[in-house]
Amino acid sequence: MSKHVAVVVDHFQGQAPGATWEPFTPARDLAQALGGQVVAVVLAADGQALAQEAKARGADRVLLVEHPSLADYRTGLYGKALAALAQEHDIAVWLFPATTRGKELAAWLAAALGVGLLPDVFEVALADGKVTARRPVYAGKVWARVEAPLPAVVTTRVRSFEAPEPQAVDAAGIEKVDLALEESPVQVVGYEKPEAEGPRLTEARIIVSGGRGVANAPQVPEPCAGISDPKEREKCIAQEGFKMLGELAKALGGALGASRAAVDAGYISYDHQVGQTGKVVSPDLYMAFGISGAIQHQAGMRTSKIIVAINKDPEAPIFKIAHYGIVGDLWEIAPAILEELRERGLVKT
Amino acid sequence: MNIVVGVKVVPDTAAQVRVEDGKVTWGEAPLVLNPWDEFAVEAALQAKEKFGGQVTVISMGDEAALEALRRALAMGCQQAIRIYDEPLAQADVLATAQVLSAAIRKLNPDLVIFGRQAIDGDTASTPAAVAQVLGWPFVGLVTAFRGFDEGSKTLEVVRTLDEAKQTLRVPLPAVLTIAKEFAEPRYPSFIGIRKASRAKIPVWNLAELGLEVHPPRVTWPEVMQPPQREVVCQFIEGETPREIARKLVDKLIEEKVL
Ligand SMILES: Cc1cc2nc3c(=O)[nH]c(=O)nc-3n(C[C@H](O)[C@H](O)[C@H](O)COP(=O)(O)OP(=O)(O)OC[C@H]3O[C@@H](n4cnc5c(N)ncnc54)[C@H](O)[C@@H]3O)c2cc1C
Ligand SMILES: Nc1ncnc2c1ncn2[C@@H]1O[C@H](COP(=O)(O)O)[C@@H](O)[C@H]1O
Repeated sequence: MSKHVAVVVDHFQGQAPGATWEPFTPARDLAQALGGQVVAVVLAADGQALAQEAKARGADRVLLVEHPSLADYRTGLYGKALAALAQEHDIAVWLFPATTRGKELAAWLAAALGVGLLPDVFEVALADGKVTARRPVYAGKVWARVEAPLPAVVTTRVRSFEAPEPQAVDAAGIEKVDLALEESPVQVVGYEKPEAEGPRLTEARIIVSGGRGVANAPQVPEPCAGISDPKEREKCIAQEGFKMLGELAKALGGALGASRAAVDAGYISYDHQVGQTGKVVSPDLYMAFGISGAIQHQAGMRTSKIIVAINKDPEAPIFKIAHYGIVGDLWEIAPAILEELRERGLVKT
Repeated sequence: MNIVVGVKVVPDTAAQVRVEDGKVTWGEAPLVLNPWDEFAVEAALQAKEKFGGQVTVISMGDEAALEALRRALAMGCQQAIRIYDEPLAQADVLATAQVLSAAIRKLNPDLVIFGRQAIDGDTASTPAAVAQVLGWPFVGLVTAFRGFDEGSKTLEVVRTLDEAKQTLRVPLPAVLTIAKEFAEPRYPSFIGIRKASRAKIPVWNLAELGLEVHPPRVTWPEVMQPPQREVVCQFIEGETPREIARKLVDKLIEEKVL
């Protein structure tokens, strides 16, 4: 019977998002239950640093596959490498973080191995020779227990497991593996990187979010005063408002979110959208400014630890799920919070 | 370019989905074309408009799937096929991928397009599994088609990763999923709706696909209502915005989130 637990290290050109290390926590428990080891898998052009960190996060062994073509992630290329490792190693459970790449690779690998796939789980254990897990379905309106016999492939929901703190360890146990990799038929032409500032939405501990209400200012801000077209003026106001919320987010060391209404109206780009057709987030603190709290928005943020809602309308549905509520104008409250943080020296730099 | 687009029917996003007698229910809420699949259909129609060919929409599912297929036809797909058989009622991702792959082989398209995720099971796994079964390249979360080279049958696409946008050249046939940035899905036209309502939609069963499916590897022994969040919103009041802000910051420090 297979008995080891593999964790596939997710990275973009050698940089691992925070979620990469989260599966190492359930991996440890699963390996203990199986009497096996935690085996990290690193696929990269240059993966030494990732391999070291995997050890520090609790891997007993690291399988390090280095090849120039692994510099750029392609699902089939990475998937074939994993399937080849599966032939050689006795893996009972494959764990991936449920990031974009993690989810794709997990599905590809499960199909290649012909085994069960348990995606996006927030709890996972072994029982009677099966993997048993729980996961949200229907946008979190329902939870399902899902089970699959070993071996199985699992992805862990981002921010549902706390990554182990890195420990000082030596490089013993890092094994270079040579695989005969074919070139991928999918060619990378190039990249376009957004000017990234602050943490990514899905990983942020604090999110400051704005909705359609951001366009509704009691006084037209200076830069928009001269615009006569009402639609354009409204957009300008909202963009100024999101600038203000962005400053607050930055002061808190957090990320800026938005409702779909704000995105669809062109106030802010789609990368910021939170909700059923945007990003699903679960920060420690979610601050909703001028967001009514439609069910599709809630689907993306309702598991946040603390929710604060700022809305002019005391009847707004967002207050039904908020821990703290402020009935007021966001254009007055947001700057006041920023000033308060500044005065108390709570601003992150 | 012949295109197959795969769609699923799901309860409306606004549905009050809950567990009753150990089963998931959404009451009287309507079933609709999965919202992510609207983007997939839009992308398929744009590919056809740019590069020629036709679009066939397929769905594996019981009769409820007709709702999704008709909506896709109304948007402008040329042909619809439903795939169903008794043993598929409990199909997991693997079985679904095998069945869809068999249907796709039979249709022999140049391009297969799926949605990002079905909002019922929220697995976001079927498309990559289909690509694996077919042995075709997979590219997820495509935001744009840049061009098509007839000679090498290569499609240039842009996809989103969390860290960057990646431009790729993909030899066809290939399997893609579509991100929301691709384009707003079109509304069905009046004529489209009329045509769709009259369209005959054939059903393919397992025998027709020459396929047997295993019992599902993945089972759902239990569904449950998530614990109710017992939140009573604590409203913060004050004479001035600053006073409100001060009280809020105190609370957030107390909660250890600041
Ligand atoms: C298939 C589908 C998918 C969807 N997916 C998503 C999704 O992923 N994410 C999402 O967010 N939505 C989604 N929606 C849309 C959702 O139904 C709502 O339309 C949307 O969330 C509303 O955004 P909003 O709260 O910003 O706007 P509104 O509902 O218009 O609310 C604006 C709020 O601002 C308040 N306000 C106005 N001025 C001020 C002020 N000066 N100060 C304080 N408060 C003020 C108002 O009282 C109001 O409550 C989806 C809908 C569908 C059908
Ligand atoms: N039964 C099905 N029939 C056709 N396409 C499907 C089916 N299930 C899923 N898909 C496609 O795969 C995508 C992802 O679905 P899922 O893996 O279920 O989240 C959906 O957006 C559809 O495009």
